[in-house]
Amino acid sequence: MTIRLKVNGKVHDVDVAGDTPLLWVLRDHLGLTGTKFGCGVAQCGACTVYVDGSPRRACVAPVSSVGNKPVTTIEGLEGPEADAVREAWLSLQVPQCGYCQSGQIMSAVALLKKRPAPTDTDIDHAMTGNICRCATYMRIRRAIHDAAGNLKK
Amino acid sequence: MTPLNQKRSRRSGARTLLLGVAALSTFAALGCGEPPRVKEAPVSPPPLPSENGLKGVAEFAQIQDETQRSLALFQELGKVISSPRCVNCHSASDRPLQSERGIPHQPAVVRGDDGFGAPGLPCSACHGERNFRNMPGAPKWSMPPLEMAWQDRTLGQICEQLKDPQRNGGKSHEDLIEHIKHDPLVGYGWQPPQQLTPAAGSQALMGELFEAWIDSGAVCPPSKP
Repeated sequence: MTIRLKVNGKVHDVDVAGDTPLLWVLRDHLGLTGTKFGCGVAQCGACTVYVDGSPRRACVAPVSSVGNKPVTTIEGLEGPEADAVREAWLSLQVPQCGYCQSGQIMSAVALLKKRPAPTDTDIDHAMTGNICRCATYMRIRRAIHDAAGNLKK
Repeated sequence: MTPLNQKRSRRSGARTLLLGVAALSTFAALGCGEPPRVKEAPVSPPPLPSENGLKGVAEFAQIQDETQRSLALFQELGKVISSPRCVNCHSASDRPLQSERGIPHQPAVVRGDDGFGAPGLPCSACHGERNFRNMPGAPKWSMPPLEMAWQDRTLGQICEQLKDPQRNGGKSHEDLIEHIKHDPLVGYGWQPPQQLTPAAGSQALMGELFEAWIDSGAVCPPSKP
């Protein structure tokens, strides 16, 4: 079936079954490979995108559930929170292997949009679903605090 | 007629009387010559049969003492209330539970201020409006407030909570009946993904039992174990 999706502001028609995970459509049909496949069962957070502005694990989101709601991937992430996070991530050299980082950044930006000055507990609660095998967690925490600080300037 | 049917019949009768008065008033106001025919009271459908380990309301009709019948009805409701499909989100902490064993939810998500998860990690990040493969889903997937916790509480304690508007979200008995009969998130308990066991009975049967319990005086078992 043909499904129309709006991803990062562009409209795409894709010919896929409705129960295809959004992640496969983004990566295999639209070539947006910034969003990663990690576990496939919403346990690692590597596939985090936004649907209608809210975080969604693309591996457990059937493409038919998206409807007219806009999808944002790491490639289309923008705004003051995204800029602040990118700057902090570079400044602190957060990634090690980098595989999980697009999901980490999507979650960090989603947190800052809701809590511009998050506490450590806020960060724990928002980021608990994003796993990093390189254990960059302490740098991620510092970078989120730095990004929050930069947002205030 | 059983006591349960008598109560249901009394409700229908009162409704019919009100409809009749309203119809006659309208007739008088319009000045028509012949009074309209008052509609017959709608016939209540027969109670649902026992299903999937949950007894139907008719099974309790032979208990003549209303208090005893009410207690028996709530004990039966306890089969659903104690199901992991219900308790896992009615947990006694900020973290939900999962699986048949009620292990802490993985990842370590929390209820958040509004029950819909933490800022940046809402429940809806994973739980959509419907099940998808092994991921549970239902509209407005969320946790109830902590004062509605059922985990590690006796059936009597849960019963008292349910009736207390301070701890049930300000719900009246009618609100509770509506919630249990029709809320899709309650309905999820009987429609989990394939790897999970549904709660006993069905949402409709649970609703009938709950309504019968209310009608019988909503008597709670003792709170202490």
